Amino acid sequence: MPIARWKLFLLQALVAVVALGVWHVGATIPISLDGQNKPVYLLPPFFFSAPLDVAQRVVKMFTDGTVKIATCAEPFNIATMLQTNNSCFGKTIWQHLAITSIEGLLAFAIGSIAGVALGFWFARRPLVAAVFDPYIKMFNALPRVVLAPIFMLWLGLGIWSKVALGVTLVFFIVFFNVYQGVREVSPVILANARMLGMSERQLFRHVYWPSALSWMFSSLHTSVGFAIIGAVVGEYLGSAAGLGYLIQQAEGTFDVTGVFAGMTILAAFVLLVDWLVTLVENRLLVWKPPAASQQV
Amino acid sequence: MASETEPTAPAVRLSHVDVAFPEPKGGVFKAVSNASLDVANSEFVAIVGPTGCGKSTLLNCAAGLLAPAAGHVEIFGMQLSGLNGHAGYLFQQDALMPWKTARDNIALALEIGGTPRIEAVERAQVWLGRVGLKSFGDRYAHQLSGGQRKRVGLAQVLIRNPKILLMDEPFGPLDAQTRQIMGNLLLDLWAGDKKAVLFVTHDLEEAIALADRVVIMSAGPEARIIGDHTIDLVRPRDATEVRLQPRFHALHKAIWGQLRSEVIKAYGGEIG
Ligand SMILES: Nc1ncnc2c1ncn2[C@@H]1O[C@H](COP(=O)(O)OP(=O)(O)OP(=O)(O)O)[C@@H](O)[C@H]1O
Ligand SMILES: [Mg+2]
Repeated sequence: MPIARWKLFLLQALVAVVALGVWHVGATIPISLDGQNKPVYLLPPFFFSAPLDVAQRVVKMFTDGTVKIATCAEPFNIATMLQTNNSCFGKTIWQHLAITSIEGLLAFAIGSIAGVALGFWFARRPLVAAVFDPYIKMFNALPRVVLAPIFMLWLGLGIWSKVALGVTLVFFIVFFNVYQGVREVSPVILANARMLGMSERQLFRHVYWPSALSWMFSSLHTSVGFAIIGAVVGEYLGSAAGLGYLIQQAEGTFDVTGVFAGMTILAAFVLLVDWLVTLVENRLLVWKPPAASQQV
Repeated sequence: MASETEPTAPAVRLSHVDVAFPEPKGGVFKAVSNASLDVANSEFVAIVGPTGCGKSTLLNCAAGLLAPAAGHVEIFGMQLSGLNGHAGYLFQQDALMPWKTARDNIALALEIGGTPRIEAVERAQVWLGRVGLKSFGDRYAHQLSGGQRKRVGLAQVLIRNPKILLMDEPFGPLDAQTRQIMGNLLLDLWAGDKKAVLFVTHDLEEAIALADRVVIMSAGPEARIIGDHTIDLVRPRDATEVRLQPRFHALHKAIWGQLRSEVIKAYGGEIG
């Protein structure tokens, strides 16, 4: 039986309320007093902050204009914004969000284009696939975090080192899916298309391409997620802007409230992006039968 | 192509065709052995045989999707190499493109040949009506029943008006009543411009009701063609009413006598 929408929403909200409630109680209601008559908390605010403080900080970040450090006289424009390693550190939260989004978007676009192109090429040229197979596996097995410093060395502290990190993550997901999609076209559909008189070009357009895209789109959530992860991790490891940078800065000063505020914004951002992806997916994959798990 | 064909030559000629598949464990599996079969221009031939004997395999040879290990295939007197461009093939399995709607699947068959999209879609809609799916054009394959998918496939093949029609159990998933309606539809279409038809079915009654000739294959491996019966029932026929004629029963009895032992062999091979 399908769960009613409002009921599901209510249950989901209940989970959040209970979790936040436990956190709030643990961080604000003392359980005892220590030797100097100071209250002792189950979740000491220094380590855990408190939900209301975090909420306040988030609101402040969005209303205050700039986030931490000095404000900057330079007027806001895309060019200065993208120079994330420039001396002007005073950026509004919107600018940080914009930078992370641009990095994620570029990583996703470049990784997808490269993945689709190479996926097609490998699937149609078994020799190429066989020759490069061990190298592909090797690079895919590599933890991408170790590449971050190298990308910074090569590409500097600006957005491109973060984009590169994201690309290495997105590329492999898209590549493997497109490769699979092209190779696993049903032989009957292929034979039928040939018997209907399709040329190689028409086969590409009407059979291989839609099949590959459907595989790529089925991993859209994962690849978009990884594009953002690449951006945030890159920022975290060395930059002067973006959500990853904000979290790293807060951690550097033991500002736990700042860390949680950054994480909250990041989580909201990811949820929003995921929702957009679902919208896109529903439009593009109308022809797909719903997955068994969704047929509640 | 049309100018190269001889008008008197059979539409399809399989002569001494052997088909072998590589075995998974090495060696070859000889599915069909020394099969010879002519389908004259505008003749309706049905192939009947026990499951797994090689009926689909023979159609694949006639379509040019499979090269015989020995023997050869001629289409209108020309040796076939590569795909058979004169043939429309309705596959036994689902062959619709799942990412296109029923209407677009049918229209695509025309668009491939250069028909403008608007015209192709219009004609596809007409064909949807002919196969009884007028209001199902916007559905995707997974939203259609097995029988509906078969009918979309039939329209997709017929809209190109091929000279040779290869059909592999086209009415397999349909219920008995719809089978007969579709059988009559096929007979009507065929009476209009007589194509050469090679029609595979496991239903002997259907074969007799529709065809000019019924060809019997033996159980595999090394399946052969063991019988070739001319069906002398008068045309035009009604696929339902023809079954009530005494001549129908006589033919059925004669052919079934031959087919029975092969069907038993096909299962016996499994059990023994
Ligand atoms: N690609 C293949 N590789 C190996 N063996 C095959 C292949 N295709 C068919 N065969 C074998 O060839 C034989 C004939 O198969 P075919 O599909 O032509 O049977 P069929 O008469 O159409 O059966 P059915 O009525 O069940 O559709 C079978 O024994 C099958 O296992
Ligand atoms: Mg078959």
